[in-house]
Amino acid sequence: MSEKKNERVGVYVCHCGSNIAGVVDVVDVAKWAQEKLGPQGVIIAREYKFMCSSLGQELIQKDIKELGLTRIVVAACSPHLHEKTFRTAAKNAGLNPYLVELASIREQVSWVHTDKAVATAKSKAVVSGAVSRVIENVALDEIKVPINPNTLIVGGGIAGIQSALEIANAGFHVYLVEREPSIGGHMAQFDKTFPTLDCSACILTPRMVEAGTHPNITLLTWSEVVKVTGFVGNFNVTIKKKARFVNEELCTGCGICQEKCPKKVIDEVYEAGLGYRKAVYTPFAQAVPNFPVMDKENCTYFIKGTCKACEKFCPTGAIDFKQEDQLINIDVGNIVLATGYDLFDARRVSNYGYGRLPNVFTSLEFERLSNAAGPTSGNIVLRDGKTAPKSVGIIHCVGSRDKNFNNYCSVICCMQGLKFAHLVHERTGATVYNFYIDMRTAYKAYDEFYQRVLEEGTLFVRGKVAEVTNAARYESEKGKLVIQVEDTLVGKQRRIPVDMVILSSGLQPRHDAKEVGKLFGISCSMDGWFTEKHPKLDPVATMTEGIYIVGCAQGPKDIPSSVAQGAAASARVLDKILQKEVALEPIKASVDQEMCSGCRICNGLCPFNAITFLEDRMVTEINPALCQGCGTCVAACPAGAISGTGFSNEQIIAQIDGLLLRNLEIQEAVPA
Amino acid sequence: MTDKIFEPTIIGFTCNWCSYRASDLAGTARMKYAPNVRLIRMMCSGRLDPTFVLRALSGGADGVMITGCHPGECHYIEQNYKALRRFLLLRRVLAGLGIEPERVKLVWASAAEGARFASETTAFVEEIRKLGPLNWGKPVAQLENLQEEISKLEEVSA
Repeated sequence: MSEKKNERVGVYVCHCGSNIAGVVDVVDVAKWAQEKLGPQGVIIAREYKFMCSSLGQELIQKDIKELGLTRIVVAACSPHLHEKTFRTAAKNAGLNPYLVELASIREQVSWVHTDKAVATAKSKAVVSGAVSRVIENVALDEIKVPINPNTLIVGGGIAGIQSALEIANAGFHVYLVEREPSIGGHMAQFDKTFPTLDCSACILTPRMVEAGTHPNITLLTWSEVVKVTGFVGNFNVTIKKKARFVNEELCTGCGICQEKCPKKVIDEVYEAGLGYRKAVYTPFAQAVPNFPVMDKENCTYFIKGTCKACEKFCPTGAIDFKQEDQLINIDVGNIVLATGYDLFDARRVSNYGYGRLPNVFTSLEFERLSNAAGPTSGNIVLRDGKTAPKSVGIIHCVGSRDKNFNNYCSVICCMQGLKFAHLVHERTGATVYNFYIDMRTAYKAYDEFYQRVLEEGTLFVRGKVAEVTNAARYESEKGKLVIQVEDTLVGKQRRIPVDMVILSSGLQPRHDAKEVGKLFGISCSMDGWFTEKHPKLDPVATMTEGIYIVGCAQGPKDIPSSVAQGAAASARVLDKILQKEVALEPIKASVDQEMCSGCRICNGLCPFNAITFLEDRMVTEINPALCQGCGTCVAACPAGAISGTGFSNEQIIAQIDGLLLRNLEIQEAVPA
Repeated sequence: MTDKIFEPTIIGFTCNWCSYRASDLAGTARMKYAPNVRLIRMMCSGRLDPTFVLRALSGGADGVMITGCHPGECHYIEQNYKALRRFLLLRRVLAGLGIEPERVKLVWASAAEGARFASETTAFVEEIRKLGPLNWGKPVAQLENLQEEISKLEEVSA
């Protein structure tokens, strides 16, 4: 053990109402700390109902002033919740905030253990560890770094657009990066939006145009982020701008190239495979920007070496077959990820027959069918392209709330199913059946829409569909799709023949969400959605400071929620920008060059290139601006020359000894 | 000794970003697990100096659980791989010292894996329970005075 230090420690044990006190005998813990840890320097140990309340904080502040405390231990919740609260309280009472330690006896004790005696004993050990550790703490000062006022937004769907506009309108620059040729996202593919049935394009395209022409927004479509380095306020991002083979400086967006291009390609992305596009194309008429993109895989010139029809007819000479991918490097202070979702692949539910039975459609296919600008000009017809259905079955929860696929509820599918029912009813007059597990219409004006669809005469069957088949058992089923379902309200099996089946598919995390998460240093939940900092109180921030998540990247949600999150993240970004600088935790490694032997063991360990070897003096140096404070080099140094603030060897060893109550054993071994 | 179940004392090292948050999540979700592990939070599993483990084992711990982010998910890019390297080496050193290498366990747990943190903790406590007390660093004379030892353990049993 290190030599005895004369610190005056205050221990504060929180009841947290009954959250802690219900399982841990907090009075006993405080009494024990006062008695047993007294020789170590505990001057006072108190318990209080809510330490985080202003009265609780005042209690600590009063003791700091009156009892001259030099160290504080608060035995309460996880440091991730209230460390800042108590550090600030100490600071306001004139004590350096880094001389405060939180001992978590709630998340790590009272909430996870049931035996009162055992939980109380563990709490004592945890408090003992924190007391031993806090004595070794040293006063630290926060490090301030400037914030770059530029922001990167990844994903140009409605959430990303909203976020970009909020920041740009506040007067700061935004780089909006989109992987597809145009911004707009999934919303650009829809015909109507529930529950008001506004035309999707009518409300979205003005926003797209605003983003496309905003002086504070640099639009980078057909582009992807490939590398991110740095930290909050100071990110360096490399973006790959894929070759469009169209010179954006010269292109006027007249569309002649698309008209003249002889090569038709099935549009799997925007038209969900129902329509065609050309090899040189803009995905849809209102695309922003409206410069086309050349699809190299399908372009006749790239395949056969001849054609160049587009080049011949382009009035401004904008076609450039020699264009190459470009790497763009930008510096930004904050990053918002609005990368959206993938639609659940309905082929996976093979008993519903999608991909096998022609008249089974996915929700996205139906969106395109019902869209006035879609492949059928808004006519709802069967796969043959002309017959209107007389009866339609809409199956909810496809791939959602299903142990075989995704456990979660995709949030939007009920309302989507109702919207489809309304559109089918309005345009074809067909009989519509909805097959649902539970109807979930729990937002503003949603349930009213449900009532409206009910009143229109749509039929609802409560039960999970077992199968969609074209194998007729009865005469009336011939030439139809038969939906086999257990009607759980009646308690009977039913077979319902229909002409068309629409699968209200769920939402899934992007197929590459995990890789994208790694790129930006954030994590995914068990289901694969990006993890927010706090599920209730911090839904758009992430564990990595300066990186925010909005829209469906964070979890399934509808348009209003996506827009709200986009704006919320912008408020957080603007808050950071307006502060002009950000305080970083002063957790850094440094080298005592007197002790450094120049062995260079640490040199290869730092992924942030913070460690350099000074050839002239044969010692190693750590750049504090680049050091992120992981402490790997501290652990590696054989000479013990590297020390890490906040998590020093002395602190950790003292905590080990304290947790094992060695501090007591040694004291008790000494004769009084 | 025979009629009393052995309750091991275990020191757990967690990283600030994934595994400590996993233990937070286990708490928030009120998942119950064995109370024998006492945690130390560090910024990264890469901070783990193997001497910390030796200090814990020689200071009375019967086992040490090292936890960190899953490979590829490290907040500091790749430092958990360094923890893995040290862990593997440390187990060999322990074997050389005559200590069961199974007394040290490495667990990857992401911030979303509260359930995993809880179940791995309970499983590890059972593994150590089977191995029995370590009693490293205790003089034999003191060991012979078992009754006193047990009473001391009871006073602050995990």
